[in-house]
Amino acid sequence: MAIPVRIPTPLRKLTQNQEVVEAEGTTIRELLECLERTYPGLKERICDDQDQIRRFVNVFLNDEDVRFLDESETAVKSGDEVSIVPAIAGG
Amino acid sequence: MDKSPFFSHLRCRECDRQYPKGAVHVCEFDFGPLEAAYDYDSIYKALTRQKILSRPRSMWRYRELLPIENEPTVGVQTGFTPLIRARRLAARLGVEELYIKNDTVNYPTLSFKDRVVSVALSRAKELGIDTVACASTGNLANSVAANAAAAGLRSFVLIPADLEPTKILGSLIFGTNVIGIQGAYDQVNRLCSEIAGRYHWGFVNVNLRPYYAEGSKTMGFEIMEQLGWRLPRHTVVCMASGSLLTKIYKSFQEFSKLGLVEPGESSIYGAQAAGCSPITTAIKNNTEVVKPVAKPHTIAKSLSIGTPADGYYAIRTMKQTGGTAEDCTDEEIIDAIKLLAETEGIFAETAGGVTVACARKLIECGCIPPNESIVLCITGHGLKTQEAVIDKVGQAKLIRPNLKEFESLFEHPIQTN
Repeated sequence: MAIPVRIPTPLRKLTQNQEVVEAEGTTIRELLECLERTYPGLKERICDDQDQIRRFVNVFLNDEDVRFLDESETAVKSGDEVSIVPAIAGG
Repeated sequence: MDKSPFFSHLRCRECDRQYPKGAVHVCEFDFGPLEAAYDYDSIYKALTRQKILSRPRSMWRYRELLPIENEPTVGVQTGFTPLIRARRLAARLGVEELYIKNDTVNYPTLSFKDRVVSVALSRAKELGIDTVACASTGNLANSVAANAAAAGLRSFVLIPADLEPTKILGSLIFGTNVIGIQGAYDQVNRLCSEIAGRYHWGFVNVNLRPYYAEGSKTMGFEIMEQLGWRLPRHTVVCMASGSLLTKIYKSFQEFSKLGLVEPGESSIYGAQAAGCSPITTAIKNNTEVVKPVAKPHTIAKSLSIGTPADGYYAIRTMKQTGGTAEDCTDEEIIDAIKLLAETEGIFAETAGGVTVACARKLIECGCIPPNESIVLCITGHGLKTQEAVIDKVGQAKLIRPNLKEFESLFEHPIQTN
């Protein structure tokens, strides 16, 4: 099943300027691996050498930060939406 | 346009990659925050104490160290708030040399956010941006709304819907577009990031963040100048995202590097409310991993950021400088607001209460010694968060206009002279 993934501006050069792309998988990790096959280079921007989501990246499943769920092992299902968002300053 | 010989480029804090001085805030390779970089050799030759002293008393007297190209056009009068020697509060806390940096009287919206917005909007105008916006816990929204109105820019401010009514009113009055989000600040943040990805607006704390963040340094520059061109030995700062704390440290480093103050030991301490203390918790657990707080719950709403973007850097700054972090309950915040008001005549908002309450605890536990200089950064005015103290200060005594009734109010007769 295809899950829509919202791509932040700094990564859109890798997705031919697409704001939303689709990926297949049952967990956040699988979605990122799928995106890597279609858009090479994308995963290493989001994950560090230990395959963890980088310190300054927030990944949201629907409205929830996956850090509050199972991080990159968080399960995704049909109808879900994923958003990749850079950390932003206070207010 | 490339007129400033001092502000050279943007640079990723993580990997040092360089970026041009546009409306960008994140490194394309590792999402590290971009930060303004300067040519300090040129600034060293150009900026002296005499030059600073000859300029108007505003935050722009340090303009070589701020990331704009031309003369500032927004918030020209902002900053240079009082640094007061707080003798009565010092006596109550049992310390000798205590100062309050009083940004409750910052211009035009009574919080330190006027500093960051002055820089962000001055830069936005240089970049040809006509619509500005922000994600805010209240104070930033007030400042963006006011400064955008004065600069003739269209503005949108996005806030958690449950903010203090005074803070919402304090944006609406300026005719801005106020959007209340049903959710916590982090959700407001995410939406702003998505909006910023679609519309070509200047979001002061998203794509204008490198400019915005540098404005906070001016609080530190002023502290050093007002102390008589020296570093404070201890500085206590409240933390939401942690950005202000890191930028005050940067200001101390810059003045030291430029020979404007004598380099020396200077410790920085962070203060948070117990209902949202991800950075303090990480310090207390001796880790650099900040565990986000999903549902902040404290009267210090302006500090309620569960996923602090600069938490990691704030932790490193406190550790490097020999500082630490503390947290305090809502009750302690209210006591501290009253203590500051009753000893120094300064009415701080809840965030200021957090700073005073945590400083008090850091002094009591011996983390901050009683015989060295201490500066408390008070960042916003109490009239903005009246709801927090409205039931805690008693009520006016009501009488008829009658001398007898007046005197009957008091148990003991009042001396007539």
